[in-house]
Amino acid sequence: MTTPVIKGVSYCLAHTPGLVRYGSKPHREIQTDPLVLDKILNGLRSFDEAVAYLPNQVFIGNLRPHLLNQYERPWTTVPHADAERFSPWGEILPEEEFYGWLKLADVFNLVSFEAQFLAEQVKPKLALHPLMMANDMEKIGSGVSLVEIEEKVATGYALPLYVNKSQLIGAFEAGHEEDESLSAHTLLENLSNKATGIVAMRHALRSFDVQAENIQYVLGCDEEAVGDRYQRGGGNMAKSIAEHAGCMNASGADVKSFCCAPTHAVNIAGSLVQAGLYKDIVVIGGGSTAKLGMKFAGNLSKNMPIIEDQMGAIAILIGADDGKSPALRLDAVGKHDIAAGSSAQAIYEALVINPLERLGKKMTDIDKYAVELHNPDATEPNGNGNVPRGNYRTLAAMAVKRNEIERSEMKRFEEERGLPGFSPTQGHIASAIPFLGHARDMIMKQEIENAMFIGKGSLFLGKMTTLSDGMSFLIEKNKGVNPDD
Amino acid sequence: MDQVVQEEVKKAAEVYGKENLLVVLGSPDEDSAEIFAETVTAGDPTYAGPLAGIALDIPVYHILEDEMKAAIPLDVYDDQIGLMELSLDKEEICEVMKNVREGTSSF
Repeated sequence: MTTPVIKGVSYCLAHTPGLVRYGSKPHREIQTDPLVLDKILNGLRSFDEAVAYLPNQVFIGNLRPHLLNQYERPWTTVPHADAERFSPWGEILPEEEFYGWLKLADVFNLVSFEAQFLAEQVKPKLALHPLMMANDMEKIGSGVSLVEIEEKVATGYALPLYVNKSQLIGAFEAGHEEDESLSAHTLLENLSNKATGIVAMRHALRSFDVQAENIQYVLGCDEEAVGDRYQRGGGNMAKSIAEHAGCMNASGADVKSFCCAPTHAVNIAGSLVQAGLYKDIVVIGGGSTAKLGMKFAGNLSKNMPIIEDQMGAIAILIGADDGKSPALRLDAVGKHDIAAGSSAQAIYEALVINPLERLGKKMTDIDKYAVELHNPDATEPNGNGNVPRGNYRTLAAMAVKRNEIERSEMKRFEEERGLPGFSPTQGHIASAIPFLGHARDMIMKQEIENAMFIGKGSLFLGKMTTLSDGMSFLIEKNKGVNPDD
Repeated sequence: MDQVVQEEVKKAAEVYGKENLLVVLGSPDEDSAEIFAETVTAGDPTYAGPLAGIALDIPVYHILEDEMKAAIPLDVYDDQIGLMELSLDKEEICEVMKNVREGTSSF
């Protein structure tokens, strides 16, 4: 029986200020009061500002999370002088390039871009992109005239796409005139998820020691509902993405559990590897346009730029033991059972204490805990508090109740074993997983021995149950015994 | 306090009479506790929801306040709330709740 290991993790951001207006919250507010659009457009930031934003540099992997604590908040006021668009495992995509990837992902000709825009602002940049594959530029095509775009928009079944706040450069058409599940707005959500997922998956397969053709299975963990009127949510975004990443020997499926899906997917992937069914699996989660600008009013009320102007995407490579990558301990999986109860205590008993007790470990034996890592620059101005800090205080309180630490040591517990929030508010993306890449790297560089990941999901939002969900996993240093030796 | 919750509180006051209601908050910090408490007493201070300009004056307490703790069996309280009592800033939260009830909040 092989041990599953984390062979690599990639993180990408797509900076899409032009799509903020199509986020669920801005979209509804603009419909109620069209003047909101101007406020939003005036609150957007440039690509350079997005790259220099410290939490973004942490998210893609260029800066360790704890370094954020050295800077004044809000972090929008302290741009990083040495910011890079690329990291060893990912990148921040500018909007023009994102639109190129969107077209690349579009196999049903849903989106059309203006010819000059493609020729001058998209294709020359993407031609230099390290992830471009043969035939990619052909798939992007040469575009249509502005008149054609305007005609499509005028039908009422296409969404106009913009750059530079209000420059019309494209149209996104509905897949069916009467089908809400295939409306232009819904398909834009789905195709944006696919496009960002492709970028993340290609980065993972390029950056780590795994070949695309050896991937046997892909597991999606996003929150989009792919399907038409007869099977909304039918899914398999994972396979749609893998097709564009050269994983020609893979099939796949999606795992759904709101924000908790990535932790489920990691444990399922690890189980499939440990069972010997597959050797290499990708867990993939693309970005979500629905959450763009979700808390824009909070940012604007504090005279900050709207930081929810970007989508996040993750790709996690899970494979059979290679003798070096951190091991996934399937004997320490935590899950929030239906009967467990919904108090904070019950949730952390299920997700943290039970798995640690199985291993005979204490809370203080874990070097780092990853919880919901929402960026407080987005949540605090909106009155939602500092989400990770609240979670770490609860964990520290748990350690006090178990007599592992004194009450006076709670702050130190939080500082040593916790993390600042740096993830974009992208639902499934923010839940513990943003730290996995750093944790892998830190374990391999002997900075820490282990890390626990605690995902939680708000199932009640779908009005089918009042339950919430949670799942956790533990990774630790590889013992260094290569089964092939 | 979002619009849906404000609407529910408003409805409950209409159906049951505000003199028969008590609002118990579980907000995680003093800022949100204050704004929620203010909303059900003097009205929505952000003027965005159904309780904008409507002073319901419903008695409001936070679950961490001693008045609430005294009304709940100790073992149940410890089981359900014990952890939050340790991890949240109880003193600050209780202070703002008292101020709202006495009409001396920051709004």
